[in-house]
Amino acid sequence: MLAQFLQFLYSGMTVGSAYALAALGFTIIYNTSGVINFAQGEFIMLGGMFAALLAGGGMPLPLAIAIAVVATGLVGLVMEKAVIEPAQNAHVVTLIIITIGASLTLRGLVQIFLGKATHSLPPFSGDKPIEFLGASLLPQSLWVLGVTLAVVGALAWFFGRTLLGKAMLATSHNKLAAQLVGINTRVVLLLSFGLSALLGALGGILVAPITYTSYDAGIMLGLKGFVAAVLGGLGGGVGAVAGGLILGIIEAMTAGYISSSYKDAVPFVVILVILFFMPRGLFGAKISERV
Amino acid sequence: MKMMQSRHAGLLVLAVVLALLPLVLPNSFYVDVAIKIALNAIVVIGLNLLMGYTGQISLGHAGFVGMGAYGSAALTTHFNWPPMLALLAGAAATGLLAFALARPILKLKGHTLAMATLGLGIIISIVINNEAQWTGGPDGMSVPSFTLFGLTIAGEMAWYAVAAVLLLITTWLALNLIDSPVGRALQAIHGSEVAARVSGVDTTRFKVRVFVLSAVMASIAGSVNAHYVGFLTPGIAGFFPSIELVTMVVVGGMASVFGSIVGAALLTVLPQLLQTFEGWEVVVFGMILMATMIFLPKGLVPSIAQRLRARAVKGA
Repeated sequence: MLAQFLQFLYSGMTVGSAYALAALGFTIIYNTSGVINFAQGEFIMLGGMFAALLAGGGMPLPLAIAIAVVATGLVGLVMEKAVIEPAQNAHVVTLIIITIGASLTLRGLVQIFLGKATHSLPPFSGDKPIEFLGASLLPQSLWVLGVTLAVVGALAWFFGRTLLGKAMLATSHNKLAAQLVGINTRVVLLLSFGLSALLGALGGILVAPITYTSYDAGIMLGLKGFVAAVLGGLGGGVGAVAGGLILGIIEAMTAGYISSSYKDAVPFVVILVILFFMPRGLFGAKISERV
Repeated sequence: MKMMQSRHAGLLVLAVVLALLPLVLPNSFYVDVAIKIALNAIVVIGLNLLMGYTGQISLGHAGFVGMGAYGSAALTTHFNWPPMLALLAGAAATGLLAFALARPILKLKGHTLAMATLGLGIIISIVINNEAQWTGGPDGMSVPSFTLFGLTIAGEMAWYAVAAVLLLITTWLALNLIDSPVGRALQAIHGSEVAARVSGVDTTRFKVRVFVLSAVMASIAGSVNAHYVGFLTPGIAGFFPSIELVTMVVVGGMASVFGSIVGAALLTVLPQLLQTFEGWEVVVFGMILMATMIFLPKGLVPSIAQRLRARAVKGA
């Protein structure tokens, strides 16, 4: 009984970490620009695909991962420069639609140049399950959880201790005030896309050994990352990570105890119910809108 | 007075175009495309009432199309309902669902509204995928032909006539709605919801009505499409079709009824043209979406109309 519960919990926390990394990407871009980046899922897919193809071509795994993360980060930078910056003062709906366009374009290009096949990445340290409290845990799950924790720590340091991080934080609080104290908010916006793309790629690479990856792997991961981010209130890192983990665990429990065919619907039902009763998400700050 | 004239002129032009189109379309392939354009345009006009006139985005409208389509298919196949009754029942069920959810959903704004509508659409498509005993699941299901008073609509031309008449009625209704006090209230909501409320517009009630209306229009178009094509797969209710509908609205032009028709026409024809370049249709779709939003954020028809008007002023 307990072993089964733990089994579901482990798998929920593993997927939940992937959602958390995606949610962090959504949150960072949202905070610096007010944009919901629907291409976040494609960053996840790009990371997984690049790493899988490079590693499949015989490159050592650590090098393949590093190149995949950097390459995806570059894609994020290019995307911001090419389509977000030219439309900077546009309406939120307009910006949402632009990111949807970017997402379709990226997915289509991957389908054309890298093919429709499913790819896999070897697990980072073997695939011998570890027995823990009576349930088995894949070594890759530990990697996912560990790296997510490390990323959260690194982000806390970055936003709390570095000048650049503080500049990004300042921009998210008040763009005009940030500009007045000499922060180049344009660069901040650019970097937020790069950083989100890096995080997305990392998430995609971490789960690729468990879930496989293909050109369309980013759609669901991205949408669920968005759910996790809204669940967490789109405010800070803690909310995003909590949102991701909660979502992953609820999903795994539903799949385990209720119905596995409806597990993909669960995040969306959860977010609808929560938005109906708490329009700002679980951890969202209460702010009144100025007219 | 001037407004009314231009409204009727536009409707007349549309009627003439729709009547003459079959004469110039060379074969049934083109007629088929024209029918698809008309049915898409009906959904897009409804969605544009919501997006363009009240400023509320919906990333889940294909879910309503799916409800209408599968409602018709399931009721006629499993319960032998007459198609017309099934269509009305599907529309009523969709309208009821939209009405029940409209208040909590439309309280949300910006990204949370996008999230909620997107979630609703995805839930509907997952239900269609999973309830295989009624919908055939991922394999899809066939739909009987449409009969009314013993007459069966068969053949491309008959379906074209049905789709064209429906499109004309929809356009006429939408134009009338926009020019009515309701329409002005809706535009006030788009301008500033608070200002509208301050000047006495019951914003919630209007938003709810438009949401329900657009859902019902999507459902009816879905039902008609189901009988026309004769076979349904769950893909029609998915996330991508919802995005396509939004694209048609923004490319044609927000807050423009004729823009909706132009948007539906362009983006229905485009995939057919690109069919031979596998994969590229998605890329081109995405690029058109981005380019329109960056260079013509108001969409094709309003931007062109603005330029023509500017030129007319200069000429005079």
